[in-house]
Amino acid sequence: MSADEMTYAEGIRRGFEWLMANDPRVFTIGQGLWSPWYVGASMTDLDKKFGKERVIDTPVSELGTTAAAVGAAIMGYRPIVIHPRMDFMVLGTDPIINQAAKWSYLFAGRSTAPITVRGIINRGGEQGAQHSQSLHSWYAHIPGLRVLMPATADDARDLLIWGTLSDDPVLYIDDRWLYEQTGVVSEVDPDVKLSDVGPKLRREGGDITLVGAGWTVKLALEAAEILAGEGIEAEIVDLRQINPIDHTLAAQSVSRTGRLVAIDGSWSNCGLSAEILAGAVERVAPANWKAAPRRITLAEAPAPAARSLEAVYYPDADGVAEAARELIHG
Amino acid sequence: MKPTFHKLHRSTLGDLVEPGAYRDPVRIGNRSREALLEDLACMLRIRKTEEQVGTLAEQGIVKTPIHLAIGQEAIPVGLSRHLRPSDAVFGGHRSHAHYLALGGDLDGLIAEIMCRETGVASGRGGSMHLIDRARGFAGSVPLVGATIPLGVGAALALKMDGQGGVGVCYFGDGACEEGVLHESLNLARVLNAPAIFVAENNLYSSHLDIAQRQPNDRLARFAEAHDMRARTVDGNDVCAVAAAAEELVGAARAGDGPGFLEVITYRWRGHVGPDANIDVGLRRSATEVAAWKKRDPIARLASALIADGALDEAGYDVLKQQELERVNAAIAAAEGAGFPDPATLLDHVYSEGA
Ligand SMILES: Cc1ncc(C[n+]2csc(CCOP(=O)(O)OP(=O)(O)O)c2C)c(N)n1
Ligand SMILES: [Mg+2]
Repeated sequence: MSADEMTYAEGIRRGFEWLMANDPRVFTIGQGLWSPWYVGASMTDLDKKFGKERVIDTPVSELGTTAAAVGAAIMGYRPIVIHPRMDFMVLGTDPIINQAAKWSYLFAGRSTAPITVRGIINRGGEQGAQHSQSLHSWYAHIPGLRVLMPATADDARDLLIWGTLSDDPVLYIDDRWLYEQTGVVSEVDPDVKLSDVGPKLRREGGDITLVGAGWTVKLALEAAEILAGEGIEAEIVDLRQINPIDHTLAAQSVSRTGRLVAIDGSWSNCGLSAEILAGAVERVAPANWKAAPRRITLAEAPAPAARSLEAVYYPDADGVAEAARELIHG
Repeated sequence: MKPTFHKLHRSTLGDLVEPGAYRDPVRIGNRSREALLEDLACMLRIRKTEEQVGTLAEQGIVKTPIHLAIGQEAIPVGLSRHLRPSDAVFGGHRSHAHYLALGGDLDGLIAEIMCRETGVASGRGGSMHLIDRARGFAGSVPLVGATIPLGVGAALALKMDGQGGVGVCYFGDGACEEGVLHESLNLARVLNAPAIFVAENNLYSSHLDIAQRQPNDRLARFAEAHDMRARTVDGNDVCAVAAAAEELVGAARAGDGPGFLEVITYRWRGHVGPDANIDVGLRRSATEVAAWKKRDPIARLASALIADGALDEAGYDVLKQQELERVNAAIAAAEGAGFPDPATLLDHVYSEGA
């Protein structure tokens, strides 16, 4: 790896490092922060570098911890709450949805609750239904709560920084299935506002548009490689911020390609994939569609443990490529 | 650097948390020797199961996350002697022992840990999702604290049934940090629900020592805050656990309200997986682990029975060998069984089908 090439997990760690070194309002709190495994090596030695007063490991108290961070945010601090799995974060969800997301609106902007919550998607490995969930679609339903899903090492770092510096409450969702991905990371630009963080094209292609966020961008890239070998060129849109969501780039792409596959690591019903389709259907002229759009999502079931079931439960690149072929060849 | 709030911790458990104490053979008094030999066999079954499962995980054969209860065997064995199949018992992430102590089927447990179709949850759940309703094991799930209120609700249902049943929930010292424990204790008291709260205080939650998480290491203080009958005993003494359980379960069955059983113990292995997790907390050093191994609940019962003449060394060896063979037979059976058929992926999402 060259100096500015790093893994996604290291990108997250650098984000914390930059924030703690540059902004005294920032502290981080949650479970596993002093653990020898340091949340999948994404927070290694931060406690040693910045002290246990600012890098706080907690009792098993998701609700109290998250709500206390909201209180500190109201007082002007910039807490980043860590939930090592989104499944555990469900216990701390009331203060996120009922308090932080509404605080600014409730008081007509006289006070804000700029908390950052880091929810980690951690699944597979026969962990079963309560240690596997990707609940981003749920949270993206809530006005006032920004939801970020980094897909690359530089976004892993930068979305954490921009999210924490934002005056809005932010849910930052990273994915353990991306931690080993590497990417090139440039200088930190702390002045970017989340209102300017829109989707990005990760690949250009004229035959079909693949839209995803977080881990599904990796799936899309792998599928595009498979398809390129068959002469099919896929264009890939990485959403990055799923609430509020900006449909413009995806709609422009679909207007050119006429075909859309939405890929999401959560369930289909009322989920992100449905929102992607709705956004395109509302914006792309009927005459521009060459085929009905498709969705690739989880099977409509809780996560099973057995490896034989996991193998058919999670979407994969072959499945994405197959859906793309079907749209193209009919 | 020491965490600041550690300075605020006060230990009030006395020598119950001293690994050097409570090493003598347990006092068996006039308890039935036959029953104690069964308890010994059951504790050995749990230990051999956990050791073999640990080995399978080391070999990469078991993938599901395993939380081993080696060192904690006396708790469910002492308690389960006073439970009935018509009671309802809930466990958490570390529940192989809870299940086996109720007489849960060994083959079904091993097959579930190996995620086979023949497992107790047909391979859907893995190590952290066990069930055996015929034995009274109502289910285990790994969201910390989640089963505490389920135990209260089961107790309420059993109270409505009017047959003297009790609802039981096992949880750890870490789970006491979830707000739901406190709601559940209050609720059980005001509803006079026949609930038994079993707090397995092994002094750790994952990598953190209780001294880093709570101002006091005695969990029974939570029960006292809700005016609930509570006992704190040596969890590595099967007779002490059984005596306290008999009293609390008896009172609950008689309509005299819920009970809180705090048992002090220690896990010999790490939080998750087969290794020992040395040097992760404030106190969990190799020396501490070695010291706690001398407070072995199995050896303490075995030596009491040997001193009493109810067992001899040769008989003890036979017992160990028998239990190991049972476990190995269950592993062989599971290895021969298939993984769930992918075509069944959507079964049971809805009871009436999708
Ligand atoms: C709601 C929730 N938060 C966090 C976790 C992660 N976790 C699993 S077990 C555990 C420690 C629990 O400690 P304790 O209750 O003392 O039980 P022990 O492991 O010691 O048996 C933690 C934090 C979880 N499974 N569920
Ligand atoms: Mg514990």
